[in-house]
Amino acid sequence: MTTTKNWPLWEVFVRSKNGLEHRHFGSLHAADADMALENARDVYTRRNEGVSIWVVESKNITASNPEHNGEMFEPAKDKVYRHPTFYELPDEVKYM
Amino acid sequence: MKKSLYNYILGIADNSLILGQRIGELCGHGPSLETDIACTNISLDLLGQVRSYYQYAAKIAGDGRTEDDIAMLRKEREYVNVLLVEQPNTDFAYTMARHFLFDEYHLLFLTELKKSKDMTLAAIATKCIKEVRYHQRFSSDWIRRLGDGTEESQNRMQAAIDDLWTYTDELFHQTDADKAMVSEGIGVDVTKLKNAYYEKVNTVLEESTLTIPESKYFQKGGKMGIHTEHMGFLLAELQYMQRTYPNMEW
Repeated sequence: MTTTKNWPLWEVFVRSKNGLEHRHFGSLHAADADMALENARDVYTRRNEGVSIWVVESKNITASNPEHNGEMFEPAKDKVYRHPTFYELPDEVKYM
Repeated sequence: MKKSLYNYILGIADNSLILGQRIGELCGHGPSLETDIACTNISLDLLGQVRSYYQYAAKIAGDGRTEDDIAMLRKEREYVNVLLVEQPNTDFAYTMARHFLFDEYHLLFLTELKKSKDMTLAAIATKCIKEVRYHQRFSSDWIRRLGDGTEESQNRMQAAIDDLWTYTDELFHQTDADKAMVSEGIGVDVTKLKNAYYEKVNTVLEESTLTIPESKYFQKGGKMGIHTEHMGFLLAELQYMQRTYPNMEW
């Protein structure tokens, strides 16, 4: 077991109800995955916000570099035809 | 019968009230933000549970007193919680050891109370048991972490267990109200929980590489209203608002 003075950071994903995807809720500190789950339960679902929790240690997430936002994201901005906005959505489709 | 049932309910409720107050003292003072919230959650669970018990007790007493009067306005000698739950939050190991030693009992107790002939008590037990299962999971987890952790954490957890062990036997003492309610099929025979309790506790202690205390000398008194020196201070804080501003509400 490695002993570090501070607990590592974990990212918390919560599924609010069945049928929805897990969403990022926030982060917290915990010594290991089990503790991270328990802490997430207390910090993020104490008002009945969820039915399922994922935790992942923050260092395992590879994030895009904000400096590269130009080439990463801007080319998509002027391509409206990539959005499915030219279709009528039936009322029954709730989560789109 | 009415008097016995009333006293019996207080015997259950006072344990959770006093433990809830104790663990609630960590609000804003927990060792980390996450454990602080967890402890405060547990405190709120316990205080929520006692509302059901005291409401029921108030109904049975039928003398105009409310749940708040019963919870907040008794004198020290009138509280019948076990000595274990009033012990102070000496350090986090101590706090978790105290909780764990009560949680294992609480789970066994509620499992039996669910079968009570008294429908109200059975319903309260059914509602509480899920919460208490989580409390036991949380506290036993910390026994393992600190027991099987660093030299420092193990020393502290062992000291806490050794210290609090003397208060465990009282959990299984029967009061007059207990005996009366057991014979009515309403109460739980706590003497029958003892073996299962020590089995469960000892298993967790062994998993945590802790030594099971051998002491055979046990403290008692709480169930008869005779408390340790810590109780007065706890009640002073618990009752402050009602004593200072009688009948205040929010």
